[in-house]
Amino acid sequence: MSSSRLPGYGLIDHSKTLAFQFDGKQFQGHPGDTLASALLANGVRIIARSFKYHRPRGVWGAWFDDPNAIFDVSLNGIKIPNCAGATTCLRDGMRVQSVNTFPTAQFDVKAILDWFSPFLPAGFYYKTFMWPNWHLFEPTIRKMAGLGKLSEEITENYQSDQIHQNCDLLVVGGGAAGLVAASAAAQSGQSVLLVEDHNIAGGGLYRRGREIENQPPGHWVEQQIDAIKSAGGQLLLATTAFGVYDHNLVALAEDRGFGRAPRLWKIRAKRIVMTTGAIDRPLTFVNNDRPGVMSVEGALEFLGRYGVLAGRQIALLSNNNRAEPSANLLREAGANVRVLDATQGSPAAIGGKILRGIEFAAQTIACDTILASGGLTPVVHLWRQAGGKLDWDEKISAFIPGKPPNNMVAAGSVNGTFDLEEAMAEARAAALDLPVPRTDSSFQVKTLSPDRHSTGRQWIDFQHDVTLKDIELAARENYASVEHLKRYTTLGMASDQGKTSNMAGLDALASIQNRSIPEVGTTTFRPPFIPVPLELYRGAHRQQLLHPLKRLILEPEHRAAGAALGEYGGWLRPAWYGTGSSHEAIKQEVLAARNNAAIIDASPLGKIEILGPDAEKFVNFVFYNTISTLKPGHIRYGFMLSERGIIFDDGVVTRIDENRFIISCSSSHVDSVNRALEGWRQDGNDPDSVFVHDTTQNWSTITISGPQARKILTVLDLGVDLSPEAFPHMSFRQGNFASDPARISRVSFTGDLSYEISVPLSNTSLLWSAVISSGKPLGAALVGVEALAILRAEKGYIFVGKDTDGETMPHDLGLSIPRMRKKTPFVGDRALHTLTANSENRRQLVGLLIGKDDEILTTGAHLIENSGTRPRSIGYVTSSYHSPTLGHPIALALLEKGTTLTGKTVPVWNQGETRQAKVVSPCLFDAEGGRLNA
Amino acid sequence: MQQFPCPFCGLRDEREFHFAGEAGKMRPDTSGEVTQTDWSRYLNSYKNREGKASEVWVHLPCQEYFIMHRDTLSMKVLGTEQLRRQEEI
Repeated sequence: MSSSRLPGYGLIDHSKTLAFQFDGKQFQGHPGDTLASALLANGVRIIARSFKYHRPRGVWGAWFDDPNAIFDVSLNGIKIPNCAGATTCLRDGMRVQSVNTFPTAQFDVKAILDWFSPFLPAGFYYKTFMWPNWHLFEPTIRKMAGLGKLSEEITENYQSDQIHQNCDLLVVGGGAAGLVAASAAAQSGQSVLLVEDHNIAGGGLYRRGREIENQPPGHWVEQQIDAIKSAGGQLLLATTAFGVYDHNLVALAEDRGFGRAPRLWKIRAKRIVMTTGAIDRPLTFVNNDRPGVMSVEGALEFLGRYGVLAGRQIALLSNNNRAEPSANLLREAGANVRVLDATQGSPAAIGGKILRGIEFAAQTIACDTILASGGLTPVVHLWRQAGGKLDWDEKISAFIPGKPPNNMVAAGSVNGTFDLEEAMAEARAAALDLPVPRTDSSFQVKTLSPDRHSTGRQWIDFQHDVTLKDIELAARENYASVEHLKRYTTLGMASDQGKTSNMAGLDALASIQNRSIPEVGTTTFRPPFIPVPLELYRGAHRQQLLHPLKRLILEPEHRAAGAALGEYGGWLRPAWYGTGSSHEAIKQEVLAARNNAAIIDASPLGKIEILGPDAEKFVNFVFYNTISTLKPGHIRYGFMLSERGIIFDDGVVTRIDENRFIISCSSSHVDSVNRALEGWRQDGNDPDSVFVHDTTQNWSTITISGPQARKILTVLDLGVDLSPEAFPHMSFRQGNFASDPARISRVSFTGDLSYEISVPLSNTSLLWSAVISSGKPLGAALVGVEALAILRAEKGYIFVGKDTDGETMPHDLGLSIPRMRKKTPFVGDRALHTLTANSENRRQLVGLLIGKDDEILTTGAHLIENSGTRPRSIGYVTSSYHSPTLGHPIALALLEKGTTLTGKTVPVWNQGETRQAKVVSPCLFDAEGGRLNA
Repeated sequence: MQQFPCPFCGLRDEREFHFAGEAGKMRPDTSGEVTQTDWSRYLNSYKNREGKASEVWVHLPCQEYFIMHRDTLSMKVLGTEQLRRQEEI
């Protein structure tokens, strides 16, 4: 028991006790403890195992800079894997489990791996498991690797939420500098937000324990917070700024306690003051990874904040002038401290699981704890993320903020200003947007490079087991760039993302290559600064909120009629009606549609109106087909193309009058068609002479299709002459329904006589019940989308995007007249005459027939040609159904030179099975159009 | 995450915008002959300038297409202007 709790020390509440378990053993802590501080207070030294060699690991740092303490934690039935022990607050009843260990961190059977470490250098996996095939080894290696275990249980209500906010000034870091900056800014009238990642503000003040402006730290911090709040400033505790993005967007993660997802704050700040402080830097020496070796600042933090004394017999190894003051603080707390100047010898830690001493300058010094500091590293992550430059400060051997990014300024320790008064002066100036005074720091550090001639192993990345030898090996193998080094050795890829190992690694590489650290450079700093759960980004972007369904106004009626609802192109639509077998229901719907009539809710059908004096010219330009010759009251089917000549959408155009058209685009393409139309309108036309108006959701559409359709419409009394002569196929009439306008289009997507009746939304239910009551006696059936898909396929009508793909041009579907004859320009016109467009090998739409009782072809199955040495795909099945009307399977396909193969047989290949199909016309029902024109 | 100024709505989050092409690109007049090269250049060749670039963007909620001048190196938005011809006074 070398580390222990000191009564009266720290910010924790000594009067209350919290019980917790670690690796099956019972321990006690206090409110205010983290898992790491509570374990240390109980003298637990081995809290984890390293990733690769399973070496014992102890706590190294006291906050986000600790690379070792990773735990699976359960509480009240909630289990969260991979919690950072140094930043997770202790709660009563927690069950804490070390990760990547069996059975415990104290005794881990895989520790034997360490014996093989000479055979497991950097790049070992890349070199060894390549032959014959990595995939042979992968499962076993994956099983060996990894940290925490996911719980089988789903954590209920683990849901983040997201808050957007803006402010004049965001202050990142609530230490002395941050508090001063926030209060100065708030008092000057700026709206201020201060974020601090601990749940108590004050930063490093508690570490040094001394008075600030003649007050104890706690008292001074309270005063600053009062000043900030009374001036209207806001303070967010337990909140970490983890990313800076363009235009000063800063992402904050607010810790809401164990078992709850953190909350994401998205802050737009006019200016940002970085008072993020500095962290301790490890020293690279032999066996520096042993439990009991800690950072100096970490030990002071454990003492000042958590009342934990890291050890009794301490060797304090350091290369800077903070060593003596630090030692004195520990001595005051009762430790025996011996200060060693790390530049004066080659240290080596002695001991295995239990630290026994340190070898230094040819003597052996007994100790239970080694505190090591290689200087201080300013926390410049956010600065670099924002695009700020770094300067190398030779005096303190550290990168400090250089040329600033827009609207960002740094103050305090992050600038290398480690003296309190000076740091606060910087912060005050930064807050008020005044030039930041820079003074010489009293901090002094001696340059120190790792001793490459020692015999023992020296750790650079504690968690990932990257040693000095690994870096030497990588450099020898010419992974000379620091970015390559990182990926080859996994240096800095542990869960602390190099907060501890990065500088030590750079130092090592620089000394190996005989370069300076600034010449070696740093790896890229990327968000997130601390690990955050993916849930943080998801937040409310889930289910209906992420992808809201479009709902039909008739949804209650469909539900009442027993509809099975499904999503089609963003709309929730009836797939079929009835509760029995879907197959049978769909079949009956198809038969009723062919024999009597179908009633279909077609409301999602696009209804984009084009109005204005240039409307005709405009529609003629955006459509492949000639629209200028369309007479008012008439309808034409056509395509919209992309400029590459590819079919973008199909639909009918209705000309209501001289200057008014309706484009009925596909239900699922309304938004994209509308956007394309707006694009052409505003970029290329006179936007004052033509207007695009999407009225899709202003009108409901009910389709009545089938031999009885006319009779049903007669009963509705729409005020329109329905006789075939007066109202032929592909024409449009305006009538009335319930004293309101009704638009009636005689168009068909089934191949039977069909009318589409559109009425204002308010009349939808009325029309629906009127159609049903007039249709039911005539045998009409409610028909869902699935039956409609079969009806149209029987007729050879396509769905764009299903029966066409990214190469399909109109002439591939047999509609080649505009391509040959249309004289006026239209979108995609020139693209229809390229070498590709003129190729004889284009895939064309065909129908496929197989045996009457065969199983239907699989959609997506390839049509193949066996003439060469290997079978070649010459197309694929795009739609495939059993046709109730025809009593046999039908299919549509895109087939190379398809029209020339009519009557021939082609092999259809799917998952190793080959069948034969006969190529026929896509239209297999009423090819003469007698029913359509009835 | 950047913010772009829509000439119609003002500063909005970049997710509300779609890129719609390079500004100043003229569609070849297809009422006459257009060579394969000219058409291909129209479809496929972009200046893709380093530094100051002018592009057409659309603000999806209001459907306004507009020209945005950006610095493609610094990501700085230099300004936006309406696409429609300004009234001649």
